[in-house]
Amino acid sequence: MSTITYREAMRQALRDALTRDERVFLIGEDVGRYGGCYAVSLGLLEEFGPERIRDAPLSESGFVGAGIGAALGGLRPIVEIMTVNFSLLALDQIVNNAATLLYMSGGQFNVPLVIRMTTGAGRQLAAQHSHSLEGWYAHVPGLRILAPATVDDARGMLWPSLEDPDPVLIFEHGGLYSSEGALTGTDGVDITSAAVRRPGNDVTIVSYGGTLRIALSAAEQLRGAGVDAEVIDLRCLRPLDTATILASVAHTHRAVVVDEGWRTGGLSAEVAARITEEAFYDLDAPVARVCSAEVPMPYAKHLEDAALPQPERVVAAVRQMGG
Amino acid sequence: MLRIRRFEERCVELYSRTAIRGFLHLGIGEEACAVGLMQALTPADAVVSTYREHGHALARGIPMRAVLAELEGKLEGTCRGRGGSMHIFDSATRFYGGNAIVGGGLPLAVGLALADHLQGRQLVTACFFGDGAVAEGEFHESMNLAALWHLPVLFCCENNLYAMGTALARSESETDLTLKASSYRVASWPVDGMDVGAVEDAAMHAAEAIRGGAGPHFLELRTYRFRAHSMYDPDRYRDKGEIEGWKHRDPIPLTAARLSDQGLMSDEALERIEADIEAEIDDAAAFAEAGTLEDLADLERFVVSEAAGMGDG
Repeated sequence: MSTITYREAMRQALRDALTRDERVFLIGEDVGRYGGCYAVSLGLLEEFGPERIRDAPLSESGFVGAGIGAALGGLRPIVEIMTVNFSLLALDQIVNNAATLLYMSGGQFNVPLVIRMTTGAGRQLAAQHSHSLEGWYAHVPGLRILAPATVDDARGMLWPSLEDPDPVLIFEHGGLYSSEGALTGTDGVDITSAAVRRPGNDVTIVSYGGTLRIALSAAEQLRGAGVDAEVIDLRCLRPLDTATILASVAHTHRAVVVDEGWRTGGLSAEVAARITEEAFYDLDAPVARVCSAEVPMPYAKHLEDAALPQPERVVAAVRQMGG
Repeated sequence: MLRIRRFEERCVELYSRTAIRGFLHLGIGEEACAVGLMQALTPADAVVSTYREHGHALARGIPMRAVLAELEGKLEGTCRGRGGSMHIFDSATRFYGGNAIVGGGLPLAVGLALADHLQGRQLVTACFFGDGAVAEGEFHESMNLAALWHLPVLFCCENNLYAMGTALARSESETDLTLKASSYRVASWPVDGMDVGAVEDAAMHAAEAIRGGAGPHFLELRTYRFRAHSMYDPDRYRDKGEIEGWKHRDPIPLTAARLSDQGLMSDEALERIEADIEAEIDDAAAFAEAGTLEDLADLERFVVSEAAGMGDG
């Protein structure tokens, strides 16, 4: 079994998709000659040429909208946006067009589009490059929201996303690109369900994307204290795989949601609400949440660390539940 | 043009009888733009339109029955009543909306043209928008992308001088919109948007050039709407004299007089056309009125494609 970086897994997925389907092309800022802001597409320009590895000017709304139009016109575009913060410049196209056209047209025009973007903090990039806004997108009907947390998902989620007839947004946590893992396969993976990354019996820790490693680290610390945590990786943030969460809570009776987004009105609130609505009587303690501090992300490392979910905070949240 | 005019006049009646609700934006006065432009398109070409698109839809060939049923929110409408007046879509004629975000349709047109370009199809994407859109970033981004990538887009700016209630001179430091397009190296010129022949000539020329590989073109169709922005608009921001002045340039009497002078249309013929149009509108109105309401069980259909079977929510 080979070990591979998350970045290389994404690149393999792109190369594979471009090779398999002539309709697939990649468009975004600096995806070609520069090789991608995070070097994900490095080398693909030489392999596939400038028509299919298309550098775009800094016009997020323009090139995301062009991706939507190209999808309507029969192609399978992959649009790369450098960071989720920049995607706000394309929010009109994503929310008002990509997510609505099928419904508004009464089922006539679907938008088979994939948008990839970097999310998350941890690299001292301050308040305009570090936020986790995937929860906002998960609010919107008509979008599928994915958060690959492992190299298998980085490698396997792209192709089924391209096969999806509707828009799919893939959020890649910036802190994961250089992480390594064992690649177990090169086939597409399912893009509908959550995964239990660590089975356990005493508490459910719900995580996704960049918070999976925090949840796993917390579970290790808890093991030393005799607490057997189950770790769930949501993988797909919309539609949420509620069944997997509820099945876990049904036998652990406790849940902590770990989300790098803000607590107020965020994805963690949605997960906690679903557990409360549908598994209230399974719970032995209130659902806990470990989220980012309600601040624009600061630059200084000690402040950024303090603002972000850390394994110790997850452990403390579990300890507070007692039992 | 007369067909569009009479259709929209009927829409006003239906609106006052509450058969049509929501926002209703009429293009009365602007018919020459839609009709002239569509003469240059083939059925395989694509159209991207705005929320003031009844004329575009009818001139493109979308059946009046389906358009009116859509305005009345009926299942038999173009979009099952999901879109209404501002969001008419029709896959059969490649009519991609009905976009109610000013400027929001331009990037879509760029993408549709990019798809044609990459797949080697000699097609044109006609993109309608108003003068208000040129203040949006999406206008500038789209001009740049279309020119940079040499894409087959025909940008059709219907400049009716007002972005809702804001006069062009109050919102643009440069009111010659062709200069804005030219600055992106998009071939552009002004057209008398009240003269259907002039619009047709310009559109034919531009479409031919685009099909020949000359890249995007921009037409500033200088026109005027005789009625308010929408049915909610009290029209306080325009001088009545200005409106009356433009009515002297109404494209319908102008065209009728020209055809009559040239001996191409008799009074009887015009009466016959009026009667045919009235019959078609009566038929469409009856069709829409008899239309059904979508089953509430289908409320969540088409949030995602049914083929996927993966659901949402």
